[in-house]
Amino acid sequence: MDKIIEILERMHPEVDFNTCNTLIDDKIIDSFDIVTLISELSEEFDVTIPVEEIVPENFNSARAIHALIERLLEDE
Amino acid sequence: MLFTSYEFIMFAAILFVLYYLVPKKFQWMLLLLASYVFYSFAGIRYIAYILATTLSTWLASRMIGKLKDTQAEYLEKNKETLSREEKKAYKERTKKRQRLWLVLCMVFNFGILAVLKYSGFVLQNVKSVFNVLSVKNNIPILRFALPLGISFYTFQTMGYIIDVYRDKYPYEKNVFKLALFISFFPQLIQGPISRFDDLKKTLFDEHSFDLKAISFGFQRILWGFFKKLVIADRLLPAVNTIVRNPEEYQGVFVLVGMFFYAIQLYADFTGGIDIAIGVAEIFGVRLTENFERPYFSKSITEYWRRWHITLGTWFREYMFFPISVSKSMLNLSKKCRKLFGDAIGKRIPVYIATIVVWFTTGIWHGAAWNFVVWGLLNCLVILVSQECTPLYQRFHNRFNVQHTFWYRLFQVARTFWLMSFLRTLDCYRDVPTTFRMYASVFTKWNYGKLFGGELLKLGLTVSDYIVLVLAVLLVLYVSLKSRSASFREQLAAKPFAVRYLSYFVLIVSILVFGAYGVGYDASQFIYSQF
Repeated sequence: MDKIIEILERMHPEVDFNTCNTLIDDKIIDSFDIVTLISELSEEFDVTIPVEEIVPENFNSARAIHALIERLLEDE
Repeated sequence: MLFTSYEFIMFAAILFVLYYLVPKKFQWMLLLLASYVFYSFAGIRYIAYILATTLSTWLASRMIGKLKDTQAEYLEKNKETLSREEKKAYKERTKKRQRLWLVLCMVFNFGILAVLKYSGFVLQNVKSVFNVLSVKNNIPILRFALPLGISFYTFQTMGYIIDVYRDKYPYEKNVFKLALFISFFPQLIQGPISRFDDLKKTLFDEHSFDLKAISFGFQRILWGFFKKLVIADRLLPAVNTIVRNPEEYQGVFVLVGMFFYAIQLYADFTGGIDIAIGVAEIFGVRLTENFERPYFSKSITEYWRRWHITLGTWFREYMFFPISVSKSMLNLSKKCRKLFGDAIGKRIPVYIATIVVWFTTGIWHGAAWNFVVWGLLNCLVILVSQECTPLYQRFHNRFNVQHTFWYRLFQVARTFWLMSFLRTLDCYRDVPTTFRMYASVFTKWNYGKLFGGELLKLGLTVSDYIVLVLAVLLVLYVSLKSRSASFREQLAAKPFAVRYLSYFVLIVSILVFGAYGVGYDASQFIYSQF
């Protein structure tokens, strides 16, 4: 979780990722950010994030991203 | 059959009566029949193309769905005996076979679109290259007539098959229901490009006569007619005069043309979408909204989130993300990071995907260099503004103006004019002429002519200008009122007399101020030609 927040904070230092759960809905992170994020997460956690997982529910908060990574790691 | 033609009004009126007379379980079938009747008005031979798309997609989605069902059955039956690795290998084999069906379907359907829409353009360019190199050639220049709405229904259908492959929702077993999803007549000409899971919620349902929904639908249709007939068609002669006579109309007239075209295109496209959404609404079907007051955008990326939303969403979901987060792209990014550093490496996926998306967006709008250059210029502006973000941030840290009214107004005006400059590529006959006209804005100082009666030589009279100013102000007023809540809901809350007086005034304005030529032949919707 801390690692995910660290990656997100590098992209948007002005956002409190511990509490924010509308990252997509409020357009805080955009398509370009998602690509950068997926690239960094793939490298950090050695996980493949398939394109069908790019839905708002999976990227609306740091917690949702964490849950996604855990689920994908479990499936692998 | 144009939305604003008498034929369409008659067609929709007859269908409306029948729709609420037939038993409810037949309503969607009636819509299917009506959609094919509507389509046949464009040319009966084109039905073969939409049928080919429907049947090929139905077959491929069925095969993909069946493979998924077989997999679920097999894994359930053998859940005790299969190891984790065996299950994974089985799933991978199934996915591979599903992918084969997906690829076949996409190649077939995009192939039809490519041959019909782009073969002439490609061959023309190959021939030009050969001619420049003085190579003798007998390359024929093919010109196919485009089936109505092919770019729209192909994209919508391919979105459906990709979603089924991605397991977003189950495939549609009933071929006739799928046929209705693809051919539903209000959205056929110029969108919106719907998603199957969104549209099916209301498309196949049984609908009772709901007076509120139906009156909302009629209001939306009227509003669309108003924008198209009173504003867009009235501005058409002025835009045509300017862009078809580039030697005569330069400098300030290029700016006038840009401004007029911005209003014309907005009124034309949003008006057409209003009619499409309104017509669907009177049959109880909800279409996705395609605009969110785009001319109030403060940046070009925001503009593209709010203009032609369904096309933008399509490109993002089915092209931008699949390219940018693909394994090969991430590997390339990794390699580039090692070779050229973090800053360049991490930009590679975004840059490549953005360039591909905008090239395709350009070519989607038309098989001509104007559209390719338009797409790539949009891409350039988006990438440059992305790169300038830290610079903007530093500016805002130093000068605290970001949230002031005047700075926001400046941002809106900047985006409007930037988009208007780019959009002009739609209008002039070729790219060099457009760039010559851009240059003339800065080199030809004829701004005094604006006040010398020249505006009255563009095909518009003083009364035309008065009608246009009032109509645009009304659209602006409705746009501003819609910021907080739906304008129709606000109007519905007004007293009976106010509501009906508004409808009456709107109808009378369309009848009195609509740009009906002699013999009344309303012009085509601009987006129906894409």
